[in-house]
Parts: sequence; structure tokens; C-alpha cells
Amino acid sequence: MDQESGGPPDVSRPAGNGAVTESGAAVSGPRGQGGGRAVLVIEDEPNISEAIRFILRRDGWMVMTHADGHDALDKIEAVRPALVILDVMLPGRSGFEILRAMRELAALRLVPVLMLTAKGQSADRDLAMQAGASLFMAKPFSNTELLASVRQLVGA
Amino acid sequence: MMFNLLIFASLAYVIFLFAIAFFAERRAETLRASGRSPRFLRSPLVYTLSLSVYCTAWTFYGAVGYAARSGLEFMTIYLGPTLVFVGWWWLLRKLVRVAKAQRVTSIADLIASRYGKSNAVGVIVTLLAVAAATPYIALQLQSISLSFNAFTEDQPVAPRQLALYVAAGLALFTILFGTRNLDANEQHHGVVTAIAVEAVVKLVALLAVGAFVVWGLADGPADIIARISAAARPEWEIQPNRWVGLTLLSAIAIVTLPRMFQVLVVENSDESHLAAASWAFPLYLMLMSLFVLPIAVMGLEILPEGTNPDLFVLTLPKALGQEGLAMLAFLGGFSAATSMVIIASIALATMISNHIVVPLWLASRAGQGQGQGDMRALVLNARRLSIGLILGLGYLYFAVSGGSRALAAIGLIAFVGMAQVLPALVGALYWRGASRMGAGAGLLLGSFVWLYALFLPSFGPDVVISATVMEAGPFGISWLRPYALFGVLGLDPLLHALFWSLAINSVAFILVSLFSFPSPVERVQAAQFVNVFDLGGRGDVALAPGWVRGGAHSETEVEDLLITAQRLMGATEAQAFFQAEALTQGKGGYLPDPTPEFLDRLERELAGSVGTATAHAMIVQISGASHVSVADLMAVASEAAQIMEHSAQLEAKSEELARTARQLREANEMLQKLSVQKDSFLSQISHELRTPMTSIRAFSEILMDEEGVERDERIKYAGIIHDESIRLTRLLDDLLDLSVLENGQVNLDIQTATLSVLLDRALQASNSVQPGRKFTILRQVADEQIVLKTDIGRLTQVFINVLSNSRKYCDARDPVMRISARRRAGRVVVDFIDNGAGIPKISQALIFEKFARLTDTHQAGGAGLGLAICREIMHNLGGDISYVPGQGGAAFRVSFPADVSRVQGRRTSPGAPGNPVERAAQ
Repeated sequence: MDQESGGPPDVSRPAGNGAVTESGAAVSGPRGQGGGRAVLVIEDEPNISEAIRFILRRDGWMVMTHADGHDALDKIEAVRPALVILDVMLPGRSGFEILRAMRELAALRLVPVLMLTAKGQSADRDLAMQAGASLFMAKPFSNTELLASVRQLVGA
Repeated sequence: MMFNLLIFASLAYVIFLFAIAFFAERRAETLRASGRSPRFLRSPLVYTLSLSVYCTAWTFYGAVGYAARSGLEFMTIYLGPTLVFVGWWWLLRKLVRVAKAQRVTSIADLIASRYGKSNAVGVIVTLLAVAAATPYIALQLQSISLSFNAFTEDQPVAPRQLALYVAAGLALFTILFGTRNLDANEQHHGVVTAIAVEAVVKLVALLAVGAFVVWGLADGPADIIARISAAARPEWEIQPNRWVGLTLLSAIAIVTLPRMFQVLVVENSDESHLAAASWAFPLYLMLMSLFVLPIAVMGLEILPEGTNPDLFVLTLPKALGQEGLAMLAFLGGFSAATSMVIIASIALATMISNHIVVPLWLASRAGQGQGQGDMRALVLNARRLSIGLILGLGYLYFAVSGGSRALAAIGLIAFVGMAQVLPALVGALYWRGASRMGAGAGLLLGSFVWLYALFLPSFGPDVVISATVMEAGPFGISWLRPYALFGVLGLDPLLHALFWSLAINSVAFILVSLFSFPSPVERVQAAQFVNVFDLGGRGDVALAPGWVRGGAHSETEVEDLLITAQRLMGATEAQAFFQAEALTQGKGGYLPDPTPEFLDRLERELAGSVGTATAHAMIVQISGASHVSVADLMAVASEAAQIMEHSAQLEAKSEELARTARQLREANEMLQKLSVQKDSFLSQISHELRTPMTSIRAFSEILMDEEGVERDERIKYAGIIHDESIRLTRLLDDLLDLSVLENGQVNLDIQTATLSVLLDRALQASNSVQPGRKFTILRQVADEQIVLKTDIGRLTQVFINVLSNSRKYCDARDPVMRISARRRAGRVVVDFIDNGAGIPKISQALIFEKFARLTDTHQAGGAGLGLAICREIMHNLGGDISYVPGQGGAAFRVSFPADVSRVQGRRTSPGAPGNPVERAAQ
């Protein structure tokens, strides 16, 4: 399910994450296992995750993508990214459920989560905030806005 | 010369009979296809003539021999049936009514059904019938070979060889026309028509010989009467006890003989025909007996001493040079023999297959699951095998016994055997206290006495029963001598056996019934049999159905029932039956609730094919329903007709209320679902529109920045923008399409094309979905040559959608798609069945709703509007698309009129069951 992306392999990455392909530039300080500038995108529309990957990589982030809701939580635990960008409508398990499960795990409680949804209703926004999202964005988004949000969440 | 002529005449006659049977069958089929009943084939005349299967070769030849030996005593054989038809036809009417209501297939089935749907009783009756009928069939074979040789004295043919050919030919005829299909009513139009023609032939032959004797040889009636008086012998003296006994015996036989039950009850298509038969059949018998005595007297007078009187009908005209008349007489005797053998073997084959072969087969497969094969072939083959077996037994009996004894004796022995069914039969119709144990005991004891005191001794001393036993009784116990039971001496062996077997049978039946406790099913059946005339019109408006809900019924069981019914009734018939049942319950689709009423009707439907006991056992096995509720028992126990009627009315009312409530509940559930769906509809539209929009916006913003984007990335991203905008357009197109279709504003583009061409196109177009998967397509292109006049493009769109869905979702390792097409009453039905896991029951009702994508896999593509559009298209074409459960995979049925312009008011036609509730909510 993981998306192949074009960047150079990160040699400093610990072993055991072979399934996740990464791209991106330098890593500054070990915030998690995935590194301080690692972003995990959980999104099942390949074109959208491709777009996000491109935008963030150009800004110097290391981006990993994952498309399935079922084992998304395992992936987050394994990668320990600095930020999770999470879609709501996912096959297997919804984004809200994954978020709730994250917040119940001590290790993942503080990882910032940027919630994305295509439904764009205020009810969804409330639900996301209750579940513990750090930020909520409706699709379609502006690239600069997305980039600003990512910087803000990881820099904070 | 004579020999060849005879062979030629017999063959020509047989071919004539085949032709008659064939055309009658064809005519009945075309009439049935056009929805009419075959009126002539099922007229009172044909019915009455078919009853003449009672007059076998024994009557045709043997009656004259009988008259030559014993004078007027032969009349008793005609007297009994006449008394029954004139005086006891209310008994026959009740028999026919009960048998129709319970869909009885044979006399064994009737007895089994009444006594608790128990197969054990059915097996006893079947074995008894086979034992009694075997010598009788042998008798027919013997008469044919005797008459053949009487004709060709100069060139005698080995009787056994001849009998073998006859038996084989009859087996062929019976298998061809008696086992064509598993007709629910067990009716055989072709055979019955052929039998009716044979009835005419034998009557004409006997009358012609009689007329020749009376007016050709003697000088008219007065002269004949004088000659009869002169010829009277001492042994022609009337013996009152033999007269009473034989009349009683033949009266019993007309009701209990399996072949009589077959034509009288099973082949009866209209109860009112009995009224005509009640005078016409005695008239036929009277005509048959009119010239018996004159022929006998003239035969004794003219033919040399020692000529076999059993063949006077044939030898008399032949001796006097009337070859043509003799030929007619031969064909008459041939007709009499063949008609008996055909009907008897059909009746016995039904009994053997329903009560012995199929139960054994089911038992041997118990625990091996349902299976998928067509069981009709199994049942039909069991019947074919049984027919061969019965005729083989008859031939064997003839070959072994040598066929030397007087014809009439064997016939009477068989009568006494079948008479053992009488107590159980009468008890079944008139005594609610009669129990299965009683019927079993009576049948077993009566049959035993018959075997011991009549059938086995009839082979002659020392063949089966030794001469010492005959003389002194077994172990020297003299009161057990076969011909003098309990020390009763001096009685004719036949009357002796008749008296003791029926007496012991009846006493055992009554006593055991009184002292045994009937099971609930028996009680319910007893009430349905005895009170058949009180239960309204046709007697099957079951007051106390033999079923009750057994705890939690899931739809799985109904689906299993559907699978079993399909195997026995054929897929089309079974699905139509289930759909109709669901409709009367106020439900859509193919799976009605397993109410007691539904199970009862289903059991009767299946009983038409495999008999009551087996059908009952199958349904119990699948549904796990216990048989009878306390309420049912109370209804049975309550003797007051008023209370029963009152409760029946209440029940009808409460049933109606329940139906209305069910309809309301379903409507309400539908509305709630729709309301939820409407909420999610906007949200889903938003999602479906925003998703491609997101990619478009993100990539166009990327492309707007000149820097950091390489050339090949630029091309790739422009491609994505292009694809996503096409996706958006397609989604909007689908939405608009659906909206136009739903409002019925669509303009149909009507063209003419062949179904197979459409399917070719659709298969080719759907190949682009997951092109890597190899699909096996099974088609019957010959069935697809149906010319359609409809919106070809729209119809192809539906086919493509169904086929593409299968390509996407069929999860079988080696996916197979089976496409079958057929025409029914101007409509075309196309089934698409794959071998995947199918669609789970809870989702079956939802798949035709908008955005109802069962899995969330976006790889499947599309927005979940495909089947909703398909349904709207089909409604616009005056047709429908539905999901058919229980086909071993996902199965979609597309049905539509072949010519859409002939359908008035497309959207509201009965073939287009658009859901009014749903429409109102949109």
C-alpha cells in the first residue's frame, strides 16, 4: 500500500522500517525514531498524497506515505514521525478512530496530527477536535496554507 | 404370411400409440405455455376412458373363459366397481379432494401423508403393491404371448422370448412418456390420452366380436338366450357367498389398486369429472360385459373340445375364417394388456422412487451438506430404473411360473393383496382416531395372512410352502393350515384368505389405533383428511398448518430452502414460487419469511415431486422447525365447528394485520434509511467532488511556481490534473444521468438488435476493467438469439456495469461468469452469475441505492452510482434488475420486455416495480 517516491534513501534511518519509503532532506535532531522532520501522510487517494509529498519534500521534509486505515496505527508506531497528516475517509478504519487510538497510547499522545477531510462540514471539524486533532483542514487546501500549518505544528 | 402380418399390425399399432402420446404431450405443452388448460385432453370423456385401465387382458380374454367355466360369476368383477361408482362416489370424491389438497402422488403417499408423514407406512404399502402387481404384470405378458401364438399356430414363437420383447417395448414406452418431467401434479397427458384410445380399441374389438357372434353365428338375441339356457352346466349355478365375496373384492380393488389410484385420483384434473364418470364408467363396464356370455357359449358349442376358453374372443372369429375380426380382437387384447402394464408401472415407479430410492439416497448423503446439483434428474432416473425393475420382475415371474394357470386366478390373488390397504385408507378418510401404529399393524398382519394363506400356496404345493404344511399345518398345528385357518373348513381358498386377512387387518388396525397415542403431526393430518370438506373451497386453506416457527429463523434457512427447492422444482419455477410467496407476505425479493403457512405450501409443492414424507423430512432438516404448535393442536382438539370458524376468521384478520404491519414496518425502515442516506448524500457528493478538486488545486499551484519542478514532473502533474478533471466531469454526468432517469424525462433511442450482439459488446467493453484478470465466460449463444427492440445503448450500459462489477469484486481464484438468457411471455430474462462470495444478505437490499459502495476501496473507481443508474435504466425500459440469492455467487437478473414499444406506461407497468416510498422521499 505504500507509495513509492523518488527521493534518495535515508541512510541514517534505523532498521526495521523497510516497508516505508522515505524522501527528504537532512534530519535535525532525533525527536522520534522517524526523525524531527519526518512527516507521515495517511491518505488513500494516490494523487493527493503525491501532491502533499511533493510540496513538503520541496520544503525539506522527509515524507512517508501510507494508504490503508487498517494498519495505519502500526505504521505510526513504527515510524514515530514528527507529524501525522491524516485523512478521515480511509479504507478499513476511519481517521477519527486512528486518531483516538493514537491519543490513548502514551508514546503517540503528543505527536501532532493534521486532519484532512473532503467532507468539510463543521460537524467533522468538531469531531476531529474532540478526538484530539492538532489542526483541521478541509480539502481542497492551498499549498502555502498546508506548508504553513506543517511548519507551525512541528516548530511549536 | 399371417405371422408377418401380425408383427406388422402390432408394430403399426404401437407406433400409432407413440404418435398419439407424443402429440398429446406436445399439445398439452403448447397450451400450458400459452396459459390455457388442455381442455379436450382433460375432458370427462378422456378421464372415464382412462379409468378403463381396470379392464385388463384378464377382463378382455379371461372373462369369457371365466364365463365358460363358472357362468355368470364373471359379472361380479364388473358389479363391484359399478356399485362403488354409483353408490359410493362420495368416497371417491373425498379421496380426490384430499389427494389434491395434499398433492398426493400415489396411494402409498396418501397413506404415508395421513399417518404422520411417515415413510415407514409408505414403504409397507409400496412393497405390498409391488408384490401384488408383479403377478398381474406377468399375467398381461402371458396373455399377449398366448394370443400371439393362438394366432400363429403354424409358426409358434417361444412365449418367453416374445414376452421379453413385449416387456422391453413397454418399458421403453413408459420411460419415454411416463418420466418426461417431474410434473408437480404427476400428470401424464400423453400416456393418459394413449390409454383412452386403447380403451376405445378394446371396447370396439369386444363389441365387434360380440356382434359377429350374436348376429353372424346365431340368429340374434333371442336365439342366443335360448342357446345359453341349453348350455347351462351344473357348475354355473350361482354360489351366493362367492358372489358377495367377489363383488366386495372387486369393489375394494377399484379404490386400492395402484393403477386405479393413478388414473382415478392422481391423473384427475377436475373433481367434477367424477360425476360424469359415476355413470359413464359403469356404462363402459356394462358394454364390456354384454357379449361375454354369448361368446363363451358359442365358443363351447363350435370350437373343438379342449380349446382354451380364455382365448375364445380370438379363436372363435379365426376358426370361422374372419381374419380381420380376429386381428381386431388381437389388438383389443393387446391394448388391454399394455394399458394396464404402462399405468401400473408408472404408479409403482413413483412409489418406489419416492418411498424407497430417494429416502435412501438422502439418508446416504445426510451430513454432506446441501449440494448444488439438480435433483430432478436423480428422481427421474430412479423412476426410470424402477420401471425397468417392475417390468423385469413381471417378466421373471412369467418366465419362472411358466404362465400355465387360468388367467382369472392370478388377478383375484392380486386383488386380495391390494385390498389390505382398505382399512387404513377408509380410516384415513373417516376416522380421526386412526393412528400410524394401527395402520402399520393392520397392513403388516393383513399382508402376512395374504402371503401365507393365498399368495405363496398359489404357486402350488411344494414350491414355496410344502405339501405337508398345506395338509397338516406348520409343525403339525392343524388350525394353522393355510387354507383352513382357525379350523374354518370348506371355504373357497380365495374367500377364506379374503375373510381372514381383512378381518385380522381391521381388528389390528382398530385395536392398535385405540390403544396408541398419535403424534401431533398425525393429529393435524387426521383433521385435514377427515374434515377436508369443512376447510373451505379447495381444502388446502390450512386451518392448522403443520409448522411452527422454531425459534430464531434467519434468512440463511430460507435461502437453503430456496436452494433445495431449485434442485427439485427447477430454478425458474422455484424462484417464481418464492417470489410470489414473498409478495403475498408484502415483501420484495426472493426470500419470504419462513411462516408456518409458507412452509406448509412449500412442502406441498415439493411433495408433488418426491412425496409427502420425503418433502416433510427435507424441510424439517433445513428449517429445523418443530412441526406443530400448541395452538394448532388446540384447533385440532376443539371439536366445535363454530369455534374453529371463529378462530379461523380471527386468524385471517390477524394475519392481515400482521401483513399490513410488516408492510408499514418495511416502509418505515426504508424511509429511515433514506433519510439517513439523504443526509449522507450531500456529504458524499461533497466528498466525491472535493477529492479530485484537491488534486487539481494542489498540482496547479505546484505548476504555478516556476521553480523546483522538473520537466517530466511537470508533464506528469499536468496529466494528473487532466485525469482528475475528467473524473469530475464523469461524476457530474452520472449525477445528471441519474436525475434525468429518475424523473422519467429520458428519451429512449429505440433500435433493433440481437441480444447476443449486445452481450458481445458489453463483454468487450468490460474487459478493460482489471485487464490482468482472466475471466472464464460461459454462454449459451443459441439461447441469446433474441431480437430486441429497445434502447440498445442503455441496455448495453447496464450489461457493462454488471460485468464490470463482477470483474472488480468477484473474489474467486479462477473467476467464472455464467450468462444465461431465456424468453418468458414476451419478456427477456438474462442472468449474470459469477462464482465469487456473492453479496452478504444485509447488503442485498442496499446495493441499488446511490453511493452504496460495499467496500471502501477507492481502487474500484466510480462513485457507487452504477447499480442505481442500472436500476433506473431498467425501470425506464419497462424492466427490472434484481439480485438473486442462493446461486452460489453474485447473481444479477436483468429482465425486460423484448419490445419496449409494446409496453404501456413504462414506469408504472407491473414489470417495473419502482419503489413508491423511495420515489416519494426524493
